[in-house]
Amino acid sequence: MTESITASNISVSYSGKQVVSNVSFTFAPGSLIGILGPNGAGKSTLMKAMLGLIRKDSGSTQIGSQSIDKMRKIIAYVPQRSNIDWNFPIVVKDTVLLGTYPKLGLFHRPSIADKAWAMECLEQVGMQDFADRQIGELSGGQQQRVFLARALAQKADYFFLDEPFVGIDVSSEEVIIEILRKLKNSGKTVLVVHHDLSKVKSYFDELILMNNELIDAGPVEQVFREKNMTRAYERPMTMFDDLEVQV
Amino acid sequence: MEFFHDLLNYAFLQKAFITSVMVGIICGVIGSFIVLRGMALMGDAISHAVLPGVAISYMLSINYFYGAVLTGVLTAFGIGAISQNSRIKSDSAIGIVFSAFFALGIILITKARSATDLTQILFGNVLSVRDSDMWITLVIGAVVIGTVALFFKELLISSFDETMAAAYGLNTRFIHYAIMFLLTLVTVASLQTVGVILVVSMLITPASAAYLLTNRLSTMVVLASFFGALSAVIGLYFSFLYNMPSGPVIALATTSIFIVAFLFSPQQGLFTQMFKSRGKQKTAA
Repeated sequence: MTESITASNISVSYSGKQVVSNVSFTFAPGSLIGILGPNGAGKSTLMKAMLGLIRKDSGSTQIGSQSIDKMRKIIAYVPQRSNIDWNFPIVVKDTVLLGTYPKLGLFHRPSIADKAWAMECLEQVGMQDFADRQIGELSGGQQQRVFLARALAQKADYFFLDEPFVGIDVSSEEVIIEILRKLKNSGKTVLVVHHDLSKVKSYFDELILMNNELIDAGPVEQVFREKNMTRAYERPMTMFDDLEVQV
Repeated sequence: MEFFHDLLNYAFLQKAFITSVMVGIICGVIGSFIVLRGMALMGDAISHAVLPGVAISYMLSINYFYGAVLTGVLTAFGIGAISQNSRIKSDSAIGIVFSAFFALGIILITKARSATDLTQILFGNVLSVRDSDMWITLVIGAVVIGTVALFFKELLISSFDETMAAAYGLNTRFIHYAIMFLLTLVTVASLQTVGVILVVSMLITPASAAYLLTNRLSTMVVLASFFGALSAVIGLYFSFLYNMPSGPVIALATTSIFIVAFLFSPQQGLFTQMFKSRGKQKTAA
């Protein structure tokens, strides 16, 4: 029952400077979408603005015909790793259990079934052996897997991941992309802020390419082209053809 | 032993005991969240900023509770207003607002009453706890513990990952101000026991000691409450037997507990880690 996701005319400014400028796009459900662009292009900002986490100058996000504000319980957001306090007194399994909170509502505690479901999600990312560790004791890749497990525990239909592949090991990256593909195949919509150009073609089927303003949005084959990339990165992407060959 | 004998026989001591224990518990509870949210300075600020409210209450001869809550809440909003609407960083905003309130408070108190009252408010005098003080403390305690128990889930997630909390629709700003409000209540309850200046030691130090000892928030809250209550009773003991001001004794008691945790915490302790790394060197060799 998932529906398409649409961003309309989203603009965001930080202290007078517009970092996201009039971005619009729409994607059908069951898409794995990469948000791509150079550093400072406003990728994370766009994601946060879509979710209403920061103040926008203008614009709106809709799921089907509904405003995203009414759909919060079917959205899972995985923040950048640098935004988390890794010394917080919480162990891995309790971190994943947080994913069940949105649907519990006030005054309800997670049930035994919720705890079992959280463990199941932890197993999906292959982290069940670390269930009782404090989260700061894990490697970067393991931490990212735990946060993906938390998103899975939310039983969401729309997943927003901010730079999930930054500073993580290869096997964690494989586990994560595998799960994102599965989500996509089961009709979920997955948006991923990403900046590693080498894996774009193999990871995503849809792209949002931006540098403050939208360069192009659509299928990877349409967006991921030299002309677009040169515009986005403001330098000739001569290496670009080689990159395409690599993947 | 004599202390326990007296505790059973003197009503004033019982009142002081009940009040101290409750203050220790609620300072531990709220302190845990203050520590984890990186708001230690805010705790210090609010506790100082209730002073003008206390003074105004004296002048109007109403219970100091009302004035204190009012100026405490005003401070929280004042700090929020400055740091959100200008480039001033929040620690500077805190410094600006609380020093102003505190200064105003001292002037008002010296105008309103004698210097002995000022000393009591600043440093606490647990033995002078009246019936009404005890009841206010117990009611505040029930409100604080009840609120934290009911909304523990929301407090946990908004303290740990505010972005996720906001993403699924929690009003994180409301939660922030609700915590500030509870903090003000706790400060007011602590006035008699530890005094304005040293409330921060009851808020921050037991919770920090607990933080070093556990990886679970619920355990941290319980431990912090226990350490807070223990420190408060130690403060009462010394102020009864040796006529010392209760606030400073309580502050040093919390510090002693913290030092033990800092040195010997099973996972984080300084000595424990030295011992562990020595063990590792041996196994490596």
